[in-house]
Amino acid sequence: MTNTQRNSFDAAAARKRCLAYRRRILDISQQVSALHIGSAYSCTEIVDGIYHGLMCYDGKGASPDTFLMSKGHGCMIQYVILEEKGVLSRADLDAYCTPQGRLGVHPDYGNPGIVAATGSLGHGLSMVCGMALAEKGRKRDGIIYTVLSDGEVQEGSTWEAVLMASSLKLDNVVAVVDNNDFQSLGRTSETHPSFYPLLDKFWAFGWEAAEVDGHDSLAIFEAVTGRKGGKPFMLVAKTTKGKGVSYMENVPIWHYRSPNKDEYRRAVAELEAAR
Amino acid sequence: MRNTFSEALYREATQNPDIYIVVADISPAGSMSKFSAQYPERFINVGVAEQSMIGICAGLALKGCQPFAYTIATFSLYRPFEMVRDDLCYQNLPVTVVGMGAGVIYSTLGGTHHTMEDIAIAGAIPNMQIVAPCDPAECTEATRWCARQKNGPVYLRIGKAGEPDLTKNAEPWIFGKLRYLRRGSEICILSYGVITKMAVELANRLAEQGKSVSVAVAHTVKPLDRDGIVAALKNHKQVIVIEENVPQGGLAPQAKQLAWESRAQCRLDTFTLQDKFIHNYGSYEDLLASHGLSVPKILAATGLG
Repeated sequence: MTNTQRNSFDAAAARKRCLAYRRRILDISQQVSALHIGSAYSCTEIVDGIYHGLMCYDGKGASPDTFLMSKGHGCMIQYVILEEKGVLSRADLDAYCTPQGRLGVHPDYGNPGIVAATGSLGHGLSMVCGMALAEKGRKRDGIIYTVLSDGEVQEGSTWEAVLMASSLKLDNVVAVVDNNDFQSLGRTSETHPSFYPLLDKFWAFGWEAAEVDGHDSLAIFEAVTGRKGGKPFMLVAKTTKGKGVSYMENVPIWHYRSPNKDEYRRAVAELEAAR
Repeated sequence: MRNTFSEALYREATQNPDIYIVVADISPAGSMSKFSAQYPERFINVGVAEQSMIGICAGLALKGCQPFAYTIATFSLYRPFEMVRDDLCYQNLPVTVVGMGAGVIYSTLGGTHHTMEDIAIAGAIPNMQIVAPCDPAECTEATRWCARQKNGPVYLRIGKAGEPDLTKNAEPWIFGKLRYLRRGSEICILSYGVITKMAVELANRLAEQGKSVSVAVAHTVKPLDRDGIVAALKNHKQVIVIEENVPQGGLAPQAKQLAWESRAQCRLDTFTLQDKFIHNYGSYEDLLASHGLSVPKILAATGLG
């Protein structure tokens, strides 16, 4: 299957969008005690790039492509993009994690723009394989995009899916690992040194794979659109957990917690200075 | 039974291009090889990778397909349990998880290959439906229903090979309804699944004694036909439940609960697998008997012998 990429990519516009998304997430963080802010910030450019660069749309905004957020805990970035696209409403995000709302900390199937319920890690890639099979079975050329966390790549079930995607020749699968090198208990490179090199493992399992700076929007776009094809494609995106707010970067507590008022003010100042 | 499942599914697949079967390294029994030869793109063998079997089925269903996951019961339900729960049940997708050779049919393969508590486990998950045919003909009906339903996930609990025909003179199969294989007035034997053969043998013995005996199968274990069970409790002097499941979470405790709630006046005896693993070997019947499940043991325990 060939996918002729019809889109071009404006890196300056992406930078602006990503700053605005980080700011919006920061504001929502003040409504709740926890929302995985660091996890959303580490994949901001990746998810933005998928929605605004890689996925194709018709005149009415419908896409033949699919995006499944396998690292469900990072879905805050997905929510704010869906809000901007009008798929979710401002009221939806204002009611985040409240009895009046429908959005929780992990994406729930049935909510607008959410194609699968995730949150438990290691489920997404197999579902992606099933979706990709269905697309091929119906002779449709939609691409299934997904974002995995690096901790998620430790799940045995992820490797079952990695093996199946290449065995089934699912060249309509594009996956990105948000490789921020952090999980709850510390740096993956320290707790699991054999985890690296990651890139070689995907090649060994029959995927085409590439590695980029996961905060370089243009690099992400070019790596994916420049893939040779004929195989499932894995992009290892080297990222910084908490990217964009200096005191959050590479500090594990920001995996989960929300900033207090003082921390919020400092973060706003940093993000606004960067605009 | 697995051959009739395969044949029924093959027939459905010839008419519906959305039917997929995702198997985990299990030998293609009966018409399964016909399916794989004719529709290779819809026959997926994941190998020994049951978590991906369920996840792939979920992905197919999320795109509107009607997938079946198929392997030995313990590997289709237990091994990928969280995928069954989250991907299929939580998302309420019309995927049929086929548990082949369920219960203690794989007798000599040992406890790792038995599903003694599959009904309890599958039945505990919201949205999950359970269908457990008692003979090949009922398996055909059940498979056809699974292939056409859009309610949500189903655990289709089937046997393996050599099950006798028990439903030749039975009432029609209707999802969610108790089905009488024969009707009497004194004793009702309630069962489902492959062990129903024992219920029929027991009924034959009691009939020889001059008793008027009903045999009813709860082929749809979930949602259970509560009204049908209450009627059976009301219309008979004695009700005997025979079930190939641990004492918790199956038909037996639900029959007792319904008897209490409906103030039933009948005698009610339940016979199930026990709450202990089986470490002995022998035939399927040998294993059942070691847990008190045999016609002579039931006759003795109910005072009918």
